[in-house]
Amino acid sequence: MGEDGENTKINHSFLRDYVTEADVISTVEFNQTGDLLATGDKGGRVVIFQRETESKGESEELGESGEYNVYSTFQSHEPDFDYLKSLEIEEKINKIRWLPQQNAAHFLLSTNDKTIKLWKVSERDKRPEGYNLKDEEGRIKDISTVTSLRVPVLKPTDLMVEVRPRRIFANGHTYHVNSISVNSDGETYLSADDLRVNMWHLDITDRSFNIVDIKPANMEDLTEVITAAEFHPQHCHLFVYSSSKGTLRLCDMRDSALCDKHSKIFEEPEDPGNRSFFSEIISSVSDVKFSHSGRYLLTRDYLTVKVWDLNMEKGPVETYQVHEYLRSKLCSLYENDCIFDKFECVWNSTDSVIMTGAYNSFFRMFDRETGRGVTLEAWRESSKPRAVLRTRRIYTGGRRRRGDVGVDSLDFTKKILHMAWHPAENIIAIAATNNLYIFQDRVNAENM
Amino acid sequence: MFSKGTKRKFSDGDEEISAESLVGARVASSYSLQRQSLLDMSLIKLQLCHMLVEPNLCRSVLIANTVRQIQEEMTHDGSWHMVTEAFCNPGQSPSERLVATEVLCRSREQDAEPKLFSVISYEGCREEEVVADETLCSVSVSDTVSDVCLAGRMGQCWEKSELSGVERDEEALEDSSLGSGEDEEIDTEDEASTKSPKTTGQVFGTFEIKNGSPGPDSALEELFSDVDTSYYDLDTMLTGMQSAPKMGPYDLLDSLAPSHSSPTIVSTPKCRSDLNELDHIMEIIVGS
Repeated sequence: MGEDGENTKINHSFLRDYVTEADVISTVEFNQTGDLLATGDKGGRVVIFQRETESKGESEELGESGEYNVYSTFQSHEPDFDYLKSLEIEEKINKIRWLPQQNAAHFLLSTNDKTIKLWKVSERDKRPEGYNLKDEEGRIKDISTVTSLRVPVLKPTDLMVEVRPRRIFANGHTYHVNSISVNSDGETYLSADDLRVNMWHLDITDRSFNIVDIKPANMEDLTEVITAAEFHPQHCHLFVYSSSKGTLRLCDMRDSALCDKHSKIFEEPEDPGNRSFFSEIISSVSDVKFSHSGRYLLTRDYLTVKVWDLNMEKGPVETYQVHEYLRSKLCSLYENDCIFDKFECVWNSTDSVIMTGAYNSFFRMFDRETGRGVTLEAWRESSKPRAVLRTRRIYTGGRRRRGDVGVDSLDFTKKILHMAWHPAENIIAIAATNNLYIFQDRVNAENM
Repeated sequence: MFSKGTKRKFSDGDEEISAESLVGARVASSYSLQRQSLLDMSLIKLQLCHMLVEPNLCRSVLIANTVRQIQEEMTHDGSWHMVTEAFCNPGQSPSERLVATEVLCRSREQDAEPKLFSVISYEGCREEEVVADETLCSVSVSDTVSDVCLAGRMGQCWEKSELSGVERDEEALEDSSLGSGEDEEIDTEDEASTKSPKTTGQVFGTFEIKNGSPGPDSALEELFSDVDTSYYDLDTMLTGMQSAPKMGPYDLLDSLAPSHSSPTIVSTPKCRSDLNELDHIMEIIVGS
């Protein structure tokens, strides 16, 4: 196979299917079936990809399931200006979340720093023809020329994808929105900024409920901010939010209207041996995700990903080192601000593999059963279409193999911050700056 | 607390094993140099993010917490004490001190004539709070009472100087402390009312140079023997360790002073109202 022998179990052959040039991608999200993949970019645009459903011949076993092609593109947010504070509001899309599909149309929420929008994505493949009052081009006819009445008929037409804004949830946030999460009840969703978490009803735009507020009376006393929040996948009353101090708070909305008091707080005691001035910064959680089962939480801090059991608050049940070799470089990374990079993390469909990004266009996958990790690269030069993803190694001492990358030659501008895993299959979408990579698991019979 | 001799995390692994063979003092001073450099870097980052159109609150808070940590450690170490003591060069007579002050306070284009006793205070900033009495001023050189002056500065400074004024302060400090020749930033001046921060920046620049000076002098002790600082120390202990001190990292931007909380607590009501104004300004800054 040509792969690194240590990690045969999860080192399936991934094929690069699709690469596209766009603005810097700032979020990636599959919908609940995985047929649609949405990306948001810094320019406020959303691009939706759709998976081709036709397989080419008997390709199921070879994993040649459909490719993802552009389905629709639209401008979600525009640059804005806050006149009161004389501040610009970026149009960058921070997060996209799909709503569960209820009819033929698809709905998604997209948000920038301040405003959340609900978009309806629908297809139109018919159009009415034969109006009485309008002619073919749509111009109003002169009534005197109408001599008979006819009933307009629907004629098939080329497929058109229409995207329309259905709701605009504005003015709910003073600080920058970092997360949105759709509730399992199908009616509400939460949005979180640095200091507050609000709950909205999807049909009501002029009101939202504030469910968490950690703003201190005196802003000078501010030492902790909210970094991410998510609803539990099954329990509509539970949600979790993470903080810049590395804590996770699970809140139950049945307890009180304002969930300032957490039901559970997940915190790992500090390791005194590793303490430095950067300890707090690197403990800041950049992303939190419930497992599909709802039993576990996945968090990402600067150097590790951790799996937490909801039943155990005193510490994570699993910790994986993403790039421990950076620990001795923290001062430089603080200087160039890389230490503040916010990496996302994702579960696979069965919660058995977790994935997160790193620098140098690398991303890491960890098999929870074996505890082993593998480093993969999303880099156009080294992968052609249908090529097999090569595992990479960082050289940190010992015997140096060919192809090993030295820590000092890592490119810190090439960071993989955003990614998504198909909800049912082993298909991953990786955003590498302005490129989108989609890798599919080419299940090899021999390998399994 | 950290054991200075074994602390390595800070550096980029530059400190080799041979560091262990150095005398303890050298290791300690290298550590404090690194720590100081981290403090400078952090303060600059904070000011830079105040300049940004939309400051990233998470990043600001994390940097501010780092500054707080360093400041707390330096407080425990007594390094702040050393820093402020560097001023009270025992050989100097009060008049010499004033001359030194003048030199220190001389700075940017917009600076008015240097104020007496403004070695700790901000140039042109709240003359009414300048300690006019020489005796008091000499007392003010001690680390605690000096902070009273600083505390008094705080609110007004926030009021008067805009943020970039504070930044100039930072850069001045950075220049002096790192001993590098970068002065390009200092010269760019936007605000009219930035004298004080700059002054202090220069002042603390001088602090930095003197950082390595020897410890307390017996003459100095004699001079201050009748000053009871125990109350201030207690306050420092209590308030400095609890929450973010009233003179937190944001104040550091302004003062680059040891942020003993004590001065805030024991200071006059005027300082308190300044702090309220400070809160107000801070609210605007962080966009609340």
